[in-house]
Order: sequence, then C-alpha cells, then structure tokens
Amino acid sequence: MGDGRGAAPGEGVVSTGRASLDDLLPGGGWPLGAMTEILPVSAGAGELGLLVPALADLSRQGRRIAWIDPPHLPYPPALAAAGVAPSRVLLVCAGAGRDRLWAAEQCLRSGACGAVLLWPQECDNQSLRRLQLAAEKGGGLGFLFRAQRAAAAPSPAALRLRLAPTPGGVAVEVVKGRGGSGRRAEVRLAG
Amino acid sequence: MLWLGIHLPRFSAEVVGDAAAMSAALARLAGWAGRFTPVVSPVPPRELLLEVAGSLRLFGGPDRLAARVVEGLRDLGYTAAAALAPPPLAATLLARARPGTLLTQRGTLERELGPVPVSALDVAPETLAALRGIGAGTLGDCLRLPRAGLARRIGTDLLRVLDRALGRIPDPREPFVLPPRYEGCLVLPAAVASVEPLLFAARRLLLELEGYLEARGGGAVALAWTLRHHGGHGTRVEVGLAAPAREPGRLLKLLRERLERTRLAGPVEVVELAVEQILPLVPANLDLWQARAAQSGQAWPELLDRLRARLGAAAVQGLRPAADHRPERAFVRTEPSLGEQPAPSPAPGPRPLWLLSAPMALPARRLTLVAGPERIESGWWDGADVQRDYFVAEDRGGLRLWVFRERGGERHWFLHGIFG
Repeated sequence: MGDGRGAAPGEGVVSTGRASLDDLLPGGGWPLGAMTEILPVSAGAGELGLLVPALADLSRQGRRIAWIDPPHLPYPPALAAAGVAPSRVLLVCAGAGRDRLWAAEQCLRSGACGAVLLWPQECDNQSLRRLQLAAEKGGGLGFLFRAQRAAAAPSPAALRLRLAPTPGGVAVEVVKGRGGSGRRAEVRLAG
Repeated sequence: MLWLGIHLPRFSAEVVGDAAAMSAALARLAGWAGRFTPVVSPVPPRELLLEVAGSLRLFGGPDRLAARVVEGLRDLGYTAAAALAPPPLAATLLARARPGTLLTQRGTLERELGPVPVSALDVAPETLAALRGIGAGTLGDCLRLPRAGLARRIGTDLLRVLDRALGRIPDPREPFVLPPRYEGCLVLPAAVASVEPLLFAARRLLLELEGYLEARGGGAVALAWTLRHHGGHGTRVEVGLAAPAREPGRLLKLLRERLERTRLAGPVEVVELAVEQILPLVPANLDLWQARAAQSGQAWPELLDRLRARLGAAAVQGLRPAADHRPERAFVRTEPSLGEQPAPSPAPGPRPLWLLSAPMALPARRLTLVAGPERIESGWWDGADVQRDYFVAEDRGGLRLWVFRERGGERHWFLHGIFG
C-alpha cells in the first residue's frame, strides 16, 4: 500500500492508497462517477504505478478493470504482484479511434467495471463530455491517458493531473480540479 | 380441457403455395405458442390449438389471454382470429366463423355453434353439396334435423364431426413436441440491401425465438444468422452471448451492431436464424434488492456482448498468468472471465507493469542499472529457448525500464518492459 493511508476519503472518491496523493486530490481520492485525465510527460512515467493501489482495492472487491487500447500489455505477473487480480482485467483492443471512445463509453455506462482506463488516439471535448456522462451513469472510475501537450487546451474532465518521473517515484501536479490548480506533490512508488 | 382455437386466414404471400414452407412456419408458431401453455397442437394447414385451462389465471382471464396471443401473432406478422371453447373442434370452428367467441362452459355451446356455416366444416365437397340440397346452411340447421335421417341422407361422418364439435365424443389431439433447436426463416417481400428492413425482418424471427425459448424455459448463447442472396449463397453473421438471453430488443441491438460492420455480398432475399444450444436462464427474482444484484450481474455479460458484437470476439480479452519462466510466455490471453481464478505463484524478481509486445533492440542510450541481474534460462525443450540476464534500469529521463542482455551470440541489450 505504498506509504499507507491518509485520512478516510470523502464521499464519492476512492482512496488512491497513498496518503501524499490523497492529500493532494480534491475530496481525498480518485473521483467516482467522473473522468480523471492523466497527462504523463512520456508513456511509462509512473501513471500506472499511481493507479495500481486503487485498482488492487477494486479487484479485491471483485470489481472489473477495463483497459481500452493500452500502449503495451498490462503484464499479468506484475499486476498480480501489485494485488490486481488478472482475472478481473478486461482488455479491449478497439483499434480505430472512434471505436476506442465507443468501447470506453460502453464500459463506463454499464456499471459493470470498477475502473475504465482509456488511451484514446484523439479526443475532442464532445467525446470527453460523453465519457463524463457515461461515467456519471455507471458510477465507476474513469481514467484518460493523454499526451502532456493536451494540458494546454481546456477539458471537461473533473480532474487533470500532469506527471513526471522522479527518482523512486513520480511528481504530480494538479492542472485542473476542485480547490484550484498548480498544487504539486511527490509520490513515492514502491517497486 | 379448454381450447383456444387460432385461425390464420392469410399466410404471407411468399409462403402460400409452398406446402413445406407453410408447415414449417406453422410448426414454428406452435413452438412460439408454447410460451402460453405446454399443450399446443397444430392443425394444418393454417390453425393452432392451445389448451389453456391452466393458463387463464396466469394471463388474467380468457379475454386477456386471447388478446395476448392475437397481438403476439400480429407482431410476428400474422393476422389471427381466436375463439375459446371446451371441445377443440368447437374452438377451431368458432375461430374460423365467429372469432372473438369465448366460452369457458359447455352450457351455451350449441347456441354459439348454431350460426356457424356448414362451409366452415372440414368435410368432403359432396357432403356440403348434399347439405345444401336439404337446405341445411348452418350447424344449427344440421342439429335441428333428426339424427337418423341426417345419417341416412348425408352419412355418419358428418354426425361424428358434429358430435366432436359439441364435445359428445372424445377428440384427442396430438400435442406438439418442441424441437431441440430453433430454425427460423423469413422470405422478404423484396430483396433489400440496407440494414433497417433487415432488422425489421430479424425482429420477427427474434419474437418467434423468444416464445420458443420461453417454452423451453431457457436462453440462447449463440445466434447464427444467415442472410441469403439471389442464387442461394449467404452471408453468415454469428452473434455469441456471454450469458443465456432471449429478450428480442437486446438481441436485435447486437445484430444491428454486427450488421453495421458487415459487408453484405448483395441484396438479401431470405433471413434465416438458427439457435443450437439452449441453456437455463437465471429466473428473475422479484425481491427488489435481489433484482438489483441480479441486474448488476447481468450488466457484465451484456457489456461483453455489446463489445464483441461491434468489435469482434478477438478484440475482447481476459488475461491469465501462466507457469512459464520466459517472461513473454508467463501469461495467456483468454476469454474475459465470468468467474474467479486461482492466484498465480509470484515471479522470482521485479516485473514491469508494461510488457512490450516483443523485445526491442536498445539503441545506445545511457542507462543506469538499478537492480539485477536476474538470470532467466528456459525453454530448451520447445525450441523457443531464452538465455538472458534481466536488469532494472533507469534512463536519463527517469523512466524505469526492464532490460536484458543476451547471454549467447552477440550479447545484445534489449528493452522488454516499462515499470510505468
């Protein structure tokens, strides 16, 4: 569980499993029924390590985790070692950009997935709003991974985080979120 | 015994004149009618009998039951006339001549059958001519004539028919046995090349299937559609389901998803549907909390079905760890699981959250080795042997990488994963 838990998370959030990150996020965790946008400086900059404790919690509750067109294979031995049951993973290879958005929307809306992780090709605000509505209906966690340059444009996502790797962890900056932007924290990643 | 007689005056123009197609269509309707009662008996060429004494209460009385059956048949594309009477032949005759007559008792049977014209009877043409010759135009006329005279002048066959209609002699009917699989087909009035009219036809088959599945008390797990073109060759569309289902609206949605991505080989003249395997449905529990739980249990198979229908089955996968020391073989792609799996045994060293689809030759970039080596040697028995030393490395941007060096040959460095 990284560096242990902070205060009990508020209504409508799932603890990230790391106190330093819970303290940084509005509401004290990942927002349920909403889209969170993750903007890493480059793929593999710690974006998955940041999510894994919450995904492990969800999989322990028997919730499923949908991965829509991830850039590489989420590696089952590593997932299992981090507490994420591989049997709870749904891997969707939608291919074309529009199909990715459609698949993510279906997974979010159905309520059958505890979390939906999407790597879109391109994502306009209208599609993002659709995803946000689908997340509200299904009540799970929605994560959208985009290139850092997307941070310059506004987005309807409830929470936007910029990431950069640091020795032994990852630096997280809130680009948008309740309680203002520009707040930062450094999160240690075990492993 | 109480029989609901169904008369279908008009079969679709595509089927009339084709005796085999008509009898197949009637058999499918008999299967569909099994949703109302376990005892159904087809009366070729264009009638059905449903024994409904035990179904009246369930469906809210004779009027409602008859209306449900007639409406259901209308949704399937048939005009139907219905009548209810204790003797099966009376139900059939009334459905032919006085549809809407609903008799649950024998008391008024003779009076109700009275106005039925003799032309409604299944008797030889010469018998009808003879009846007209003695001025008997209705069943009432026949019943008013003395039996002995009627037998002498017209023959005993007519008397037997009248006795069966009035329930005076037994009239056993052969109950229809549901076929083990569903095979439906619909000839389109004209060849169509667009999705909407195809779906309109498909919906009728799905409604028919729903009745059959209800009669079987089960659901379908795979629907095999065949869209036949001019000349008889067909486009096959297979729709698989993660859990047994029979609700037409949902099955139609799945077909729509598939059709929107299927290239038809040409205009379609006939739509066929076959369902081989039928599995029990989980009965819907009426307790609200239970129902909600069951609904969320349904959400998962329904999601899988929707994803597969549009993206294809191969695009929707699950993962399972496998016992193999070679990193690229330490997992298998599976069907998305509907259940639990045993936990895998942990790997002997650190493993990255991302695995590259294939090891990538490392360009000469400055890496700092953080941990390792972990020696992996395996696979000499199947020709895909590996001899590698794995390390955790960091590049100058701070990315943590999983790299290996080959122990044989050129001793090259490769990138195999990212700790992410």
